[in-house]
Amino acid sequence: MSKLHVSTTINGEPQEFLCDADQSLLDILRGPLGLTGSKEGCGTGDCGACTVTLNGRIVCSCLMLAAEAEGQQIGTIEGMAGEELHPLQTKFLEMAALQCGICTPGVLMAAKALLERNPDPTEHEVRFWLAGNLCRCTGYDKIIRAVMETAADMRGAAR
Amino acid sequence: MTDIQYLAPRTLDEAVKAFAAAAGAGRILAGGTDLLVQMRNGTVRPGVIVDIKKIAEVTSIEEIAGGGFRIGAAVSGAALREHPKLRKIWPGVVEAANLIGSTQIQGRATAGGNLCNGSPAGDSVPALVAAGAVVIIQGPKGRREVAVEKVPAGPGRLNLTAGEIVVGFTLPPRPKGSSDAYLRMIPRTEMDIAVVGCGVSLTLDNGTCTAARVGLGAVAPTVLLVEEAARALIGSKLDAAALEKAAVACSAACRPIDDKRGTIAYRTKVAGVLLKRTAAIAAERAGRK
Amino acid sequence: MSTETANDNKWIGKNTIRPDGADKVTGRAAYAADTTMPGMIWGKILRSPHPHARIRSIDTRKAEAYPGVKAVVTAKDIVNFPLDKSVMLGIQDMRWMCRNVMAREKALFAGHPVAAVAATTEKIAAEACKLIEVDYEVLPFVIDVEEAMKPDAPILHDFIQFDGKPSNIAGKLEHKLGDIEAGFAKADVVIERTFRTKPVHQGYIEPHACLVSVSDGKATIWSSSQGQFMVRAMCAYLTGTPQNDIRAIPAEIGGGFGGKTIVYLEPVALLLAKKSGRPVKMIMTRGEVFHASGPTSGSFSKVKIGATKDGKVVAAQGTYCLQAGALPGSPIRGAAGCSFAPYDIPNVLSVGYDVVSNRSKVAAYRAPGAPIGAYAVECVMDELAEALKIDPLQFRLKNAAKQGTKAAHGPVYPRIGFVETIESALKHPHYKTPVPKPKNGLLHGRGVASGFWFNAGGESSAQVNIAEDGTVVVITGHPDIGGSRASTANITAEILGIDYKKVSVLIGDTSVIGFSNLTGGSRVTYASAMVVTQSTEQVITQLRERAAKIWKIDPDAVVWENGEARPAGDNAGKFEPLTLAQIAAQASATGGPIGAGKQLNTVGAEGGFATHVCDVEVDPGLGIVRVLRYTSFQDVGRAIHPGYVEGQMQGGVAQGIGWALSEEYIYDKSGKLDNPSFLDYRMPVSSDLPMLDSVIIEVPNPKHPQGVRGVGEVPLVPPMAAVANAIYNALGRRLYSLPMSPPKVLAAMDQAAE
Repeated sequence: MSKLHVSTTINGEPQEFLCDADQSLLDILRGPLGLTGSKEGCGTGDCGACTVTLNGRIVCSCLMLAAEAEGQQIGTIEGMAGEELHPLQTKFLEMAALQCGICTPGVLMAAKALLERNPDPTEHEVRFWLAGNLCRCTGYDKIIRAVMETAADMRGAAR
Repeated sequence: MTDIQYLAPRTLDEAVKAFAAAAGAGRILAGGTDLLVQMRNGTVRPGVIVDIKKIAEVTSIEEIAGGGFRIGAAVSGAALREHPKLRKIWPGVVEAANLIGSTQIQGRATAGGNLCNGSPAGDSVPALVAAGAVVIIQGPKGRREVAVEKVPAGPGRLNLTAGEIVVGFTLPPRPKGSSDAYLRMIPRTEMDIAVVGCGVSLTLDNGTCTAARVGLGAVAPTVLLVEEAARALIGSKLDAAALEKAAVACSAACRPIDDKRGTIAYRTKVAGVLLKRTAAIAAERAGRK
Repeated sequence: MSTETANDNKWIGKNTIRPDGADKVTGRAAYAADTTMPGMIWGKILRSPHPHARIRSIDTRKAEAYPGVKAVVTAKDIVNFPLDKSVMLGIQDMRWMCRNVMAREKALFAGHPVAAVAATTEKIAAEACKLIEVDYEVLPFVIDVEEAMKPDAPILHDFIQFDGKPSNIAGKLEHKLGDIEAGFAKADVVIERTFRTKPVHQGYIEPHACLVSVSDGKATIWSSSQGQFMVRAMCAYLTGTPQNDIRAIPAEIGGGFGGKTIVYLEPVALLLAKKSGRPVKMIMTRGEVFHASGPTSGSFSKVKIGATKDGKVVAAQGTYCLQAGALPGSPIRGAAGCSFAPYDIPNVLSVGYDVVSNRSKVAAYRAPGAPIGAYAVECVMDELAEALKIDPLQFRLKNAAKQGTKAAHGPVYPRIGFVETIESALKHPHYKTPVPKPKNGLLHGRGVASGFWFNAGGESSAQVNIAEDGTVVVITGHPDIGGSRASTANITAEILGIDYKKVSVLIGDTSVIGFSNLTGGSRVTYASAMVVTQSTEQVITQLRERAAKIWKIDPDAVVWENGEARPAGDNAGKFEPLTLAQIAAQASATGGPIGAGKQLNTVGAEGGFATHVCDVEVDPGLGIVRVLRYTSFQDVGRAIHPGYVEGQMQGGVAQGIGWALSEEYIYDKSGKLDNPSFLDYRMPVSSDLPMLDSVIIEVPNPKHPQGVRGVGEVPLVPPMAAVANAIYNALGRRLYSLPMSPPKVLAAMDQAAE
């Protein structure tokens, strides 16, 4: 069986790759595409460290076949910052909202998707939105605060 | 270097054909949140993966007159939640589908997949059972419809014949004064498999329950339709005595196991507790003062 | 944040941006699994399906012949350390390590490695593992610690004897103070209780991984660990390679909490790389992490404490039986040593037993052993306070250890800050706010608990170099697991009087920097601050000398102030100050490159204490417990970077709440771990927790240049008891085993109702 050819868009750039039918998107991102910012913490969709966006919606890239990316828009942590860091990235650094940093790419991808949908989330909403992103270092306190403060800053800037 | 084939047909006929041709080696891919885990841990080694998400009928939500809906099997939980009318009329079904996994999972996981995974603990199934949902099935011999509670045959087993694909669900028209609710017990607030799940759908007329259905999950080899509990509710004002009677019926219906997620005693007791709470929420949503 | 001892600091005590921060928020930081090498192949491990089995033979021929397979390794490739002679590396005995990385005579737990394969793809390596034929003689097994101590229990190791008989008790540790019998005779109230805990995993999100290349006998190891020097030394021992032929490069580490203070994959990958002649990459699955890397001990403890009517504890006895797993080494020192350490008790007998059983070998977990001991002691203290009708914090305050107190584990305390943690808790709005009344059928309760951890010093090395443009590069030898590079930058910038952004901090590999002991024991900021401080002071001496040379005056006539060399006074002469950049620019002309290094075996890390206050809500219908409010009070000595100090406190509390309520290793009837996934090994998710308030208390350690004590481990010591005591306060019913899961809570309530 030959490999599948997939044409997709990653972080706004057209991208092609070859994959096996049973390879996950995460395997392809981390392997042939060299996008190792998405992490594999479990491979079963329980930790969220591999979170990417699929047409703007967050998904676990370990639970998506690479072949399913055909014709879709994929976003990864590598595409989050432009010339400058995204406000969430800056706030995480200012507020010490990461320790070891392995969960951070996934948390940031999920938090960004939240703020795009809900610019003024409550603490409850942030906590439940991010429930699929395990962090073992921080106890979540600073992560939640950083997301809420970023939201407030972005609302201020938009005004 | 693999002998696995990935197909993404555009029509249901193609899908059925490919799935049937693959015989036992075929697997339907909807959201993939169970299938990919099973492939990874080696419990499933498909020869052909049939991705049904390119098929319009399977990925859409259609309204039926009178508050009914036809929901494609591969519609994600998030898409269900984002349908305002569905959420209003069938809040229990929508909340159950949205309890499956994290935000990331909700963007992928589907009610069809949840049913076809065959787990007695699938969250959307008790809610669909309570809702009286009918499953639309298409196979090599055509299309048939069957009550959702008739589909699971046991853990990981379904009453589907070779080549049959679950296309979607029909939620029946909704009389005035109707609503539904789903609650589950999990140790954490998110990310767990239900230890017990309970769906209640009911109709109130002037405070009296005129129709009710109760679905219970994770307390038997398959999701249960607990008719005894429904009978205890129907005709009552959903007063404490009626709820207690229905709760006892739920506990009595349990045939659970002791496992890493819960004990027999615990599951049996909690089934009753959840019935009372779920029925109260459904009643409130149905307009009980 | 509370006390600020010295507000004139510019960087120490400030929340600066960490040097490695931008890489970590953009996905660029390279962790163990993120690196590749040309020609790289993949290693996979075959693991025992049996919890206990003699290995009669291993036939690897079919695997070796499988297309794509490049090397196969079994125990016979690993250096054997005979059972009769201990070879210690830190706290690890190489006799046990050589048997842990690869089963030798017996497979001792389900998941124990028995062979490894390297092949061109992961899939081929996994397929080839299945072709290895292992002839097992399946043996009876025992997992639970109490079961393992029974006289008729299956014996894991013939060579272990206790009381002259073959036994699973591999060791005993005893701390004694005063006369325990006489002490209890003086007590008016004596409470004795039994406690049980389950094994819990460190739960780092990054699975173990490594990439190893061997060429011309020289190995390069890229892996994430809590100590690249530990990786080098263990691999040297286990593969028979001289240390100078191994270069261990510390990748960014995705969490460890003690669990990455030993090796699993690196020596195996090294041998596969050597045999195959190709770089070998190995990554554990999450399942392998749970099955085969060390959780901490499950335990069975008995604690008896006696007090007089006026609330003075007069005697305390504790027996802690800890599950070591397959090979000896449970953290009995932490349990027996730390449990009574917060209190001034004249008569103490504290005993720990190290018990082997058929599960994966224990690895360190944040204050190893201390949380197990504190859980038991702090619950009994709570019962005593209630029996004596004294507020539980006041009871602790009355018995608190202070300067001069003799602790049962040895020391007479110098200045410590335990009393301050209790006083701070007593004054805090959290403790002053009444516990909510039952609402919507939910019950509320509050609990408190305290805790102690030794903290550690040990070997550290640092190098501080001034670049030609006057910026600064600091290299230390400790993997940075939670922001320690930021602390190092703060200290260096403070001493030099420059902007912290001009200081880069890197973690050197084993060929670049001198020996540095593990990141563990709450020692990194303590020890690295010492060597960085001394290195930086030497650099300042050099800078003064260079300025003196430029000005042609005596170095003693030059002072270093605010990042500049200045004449010491009018007598020294009139010169414009020279900045670091100006001096650096002339370095070649004034004597060459500027830089200094210091290597020390640091001492004087004094113990750390904390007191926690926890509010819970219990759903009596379902038995679910939720933590609604949590405040921790900890003496950290000095917070160099308060944000990451708070992070340590909050992270420890979150792990403690998980340990208290939902985390446990569950074994099936066949002795196999039944919940080896994040789905069923239930660590707290963000929606499970409230904000975790942390109050930093600074009672500076007089033996440290900045007053540091150590932070990271104490936060995991009190939470289990704090939560347990809060549940009691809510229900009026005590639970004596962890986790306090919904079925147990409901069962306890049903019992109460009877």
